[in-house]
Amino acid sequence: MLKQYSFEKTAVQTFDDSVSLALKTDNLQVFYGANHAMHDANLEFPKNQITALIGASGSGKSTYLRSLNRMNDGIATVTGKIWYHGVDINEPDVNIYEIRRHIGMVFQRPNPFAKSIRENIVYALKANGIKGKDELASRVEKSLKGAALWDEVKDNLEKSALSLSGGQQQRLCIARSIAMEPDVLLLDEPCSALDPISTVKVEETLLELQKKYSIIIVTHNMQQASRVSSQCAFFHLGHVMEYTPTATMFSNPQIPVTQDYIAGSFG
Amino acid sequence: MEQTNFQLKKQDAQSNEWSARLHHATRATREDWMGRGISYLCIGVIILVVASMLWFITSKGLATFTQNHVNVWQFLTGTNWSPDTGHIGAAPMIVGSFAVTFAAAIVATPFAVGTAIFMTEISPNKGRKLLQPVIELLVGIPSVVYGFIGLAVVVPFMRHLVGGSGFGIISATFVLFVMVLPTITSMTVDSLRAVPRHYKEASLALGATRWQTVSRVILRSATPGILTAIIFGMARAFGEALAVQMVIGNAAVMPKNLISAASTLTSQLTSGIGDTIDGTLPNNALWSLALILLLMSLFFNALVRVIAKRGQLKHER
Repeated sequence: MLKQYSFEKTAVQTFDDSVSLALKTDNLQVFYGANHAMHDANLEFPKNQITALIGASGSGKSTYLRSLNRMNDGIATVTGKIWYHGVDINEPDVNIYEIRRHIGMVFQRPNPFAKSIRENIVYALKANGIKGKDELASRVEKSLKGAALWDEVKDNLEKSALSLSGGQQQRLCIARSIAMEPDVLLLDEPCSALDPISTVKVEETLLELQKKYSIIIVTHNMQQASRVSSQCAFFHLGHVMEYTPTATMFSNPQIPVTQDYIAGSFG
Repeated sequence: MEQTNFQLKKQDAQSNEWSARLHHATRATREDWMGRGISYLCIGVIILVVASMLWFITSKGLATFTQNHVNVWQFLTGTNWSPDTGHIGAAPMIVGSFAVTFAAAIVATPFAVGTAIFMTEISPNKGRKLLQPVIELLVGIPSVVYGFIGLAVVVPFMRHLVGGSGFGIISATFVLFVMVLPTITSMTVDSLRAVPRHYKEASLALGATRWQTVSRVILRSATPGILTAIIFGMARAFGEALAVQMVIGNAAVMPKNLISAASTLTSQLTSGIGDTIDGTLPNNALWSLALILLLMSLFFNALVRVIAKRGQLKHER
C-alpha cells in the first residue's frame, strides 16, 4: 500500500528577479474529463538550465509537460496561466503553431517520420515557410551538429530515418526540434526507449544544448535527473511536491514524500 | 545382482504403465481430432466450390476460342458485338466497364477521402457517430434500389441537363459513384485511424498546422491503405451489374461519348444470358465475358496484395 502523504506540505522554490525565466506556470490544472490529473502547479523554469521533472508513473509529470506547448489541446482541459515572455500562452486566442515553434518537444518514443533523414528536418522548416536550398541545407547541418548526429549521418542524409538506431532516431528528433530554433525544449522521457550507450549520447547532447536552450525534461530515471539537471521538481499523484536545485533534492530532500521517493520506498 | 535386476524390471513395468497412461487418447484429444476434422471438411467444401467455379467459367469461357475458333485478339479488340451473326467483338463492353469503373473511382475518391478526414481528424467523435451509420446504410441498400433511383432520377436529370436519352456512361458513373463511396470511405477511415498517433504528435509539436499534418504526414502514411480502398471500390464498380444495367442503355456499341447508350461486361451478361442456348456461340461468348470479369477480379486482388506488401515495407522499423 502506498503511504498517504499530505498534499499541503510542499517545498517549492521560486526565483528572485536576478534569475531570468524561460517559462513559468501559475496554478496550472489539468483535467481529463472528470479526472483531475494536475493540481495547482506553480513552477518557474530558469533560462539556459536543464530542469528535470521526476516522479512515479501517473504522477502527472508528462501531463504537465505536454500542457506547456499546448499539446494537450483537444485531449485535456488545462486551466491556469503559462507565462512565456510575459504572455499567458494558455489563452485560447494564442497561435498554438507559433508557440510550438518556440517551445519544441521531443517524445518518449523516437518518432521520426517514414521519410529520409534530411526530409525529417526539412519538413517542419517548410511547414513554417522557411524556403531556399542553401538556408535549408545549412539548417539541416546546424541542427544535426547540435544534436551530435552530424558525423554519423552526414554521408547518408537521404537514407530513411527509420534505418537509424533508436538512439540516433531520438537525436534526429532532437535535431528536428532545434532546427526550428526554439527557445525552450521539452523532452518527455527521451531516453526511456534507449540503451545505456545511446542514453549517454543523448545526455551529453542535452548538456551541450543548455547553453542555447532552456530545457525541461521528464524522466523516470533519478540518476539521469541528477546527471543532467540543475533544477529538479518532484511530482506525486498530480501535485508538485518539491522543487529545489537538483543537488539539494538528492542530498537533502525537504519533505517526507520526496525522502521516501529518493530512498526508493515507492515509484 | 539379483536385487538390481528385480529393481530394473520393476522400473520397466512402471514406465510401461506410464507410457500407456500418457499415450492413450482422452476426451481432450478426441475433441481435438473432431475440431480439426470439421474445419478440414469446411475448408474442403469451400475449396471444391471455388475450384469448380474457376474450372467451369474458364472452360466455358475458353470454349469460344477452342470450339468456335474465335480469334482471341479479335474478341478483345473487335467492336462489333452480334453473336447471332457470329461477330463477337467484346471491346465495347470492356471499354464500357473500364470507363464507368475509373470514372466512378475518380469522382468518388475526393469525396471519400474528404469524408474520411472529417470523420477521423476534424470531428472524430460527433461527426463519426453521425456519419458511420449513414455509410453503413449506404452499403446495405440493395443495388436494384440504386438502379431504380438512377432510372427514376439520374437518367431524367441527365437527359434534361445534357440532352440525349439520359442513358449512358455518365448516368452509370453517377450511380456507381454513390455505390462505391461508402466502400472507399469506410476503408479510408480505417487506414487513417491506423496511422500511428506519434506521427501526428511529432508533426504538431514541430509547429506544423493541422492541415499540414493531415496533408503531408497522415495522408502520406495512409496512402497504401487509401489505394487499397480505391481498388476495392473499383472492384465493386467493375462487378456491379444490375444498377448499371438499369441506367447505361445497354447498347453493345463502342461508346462515343459519355451520354450515349453503352454497355458493360456485366450489363451485357445479365441482359443476354436468358436469350441464348447452352453450347452455342452466343452463349459461349457470354461465358467469355464472365471469364474477363473473373480475371479482372483476380487482378484487383493481386494489386491489393502488392500494395499491402509495399506499405508494410515502408513502415518497417
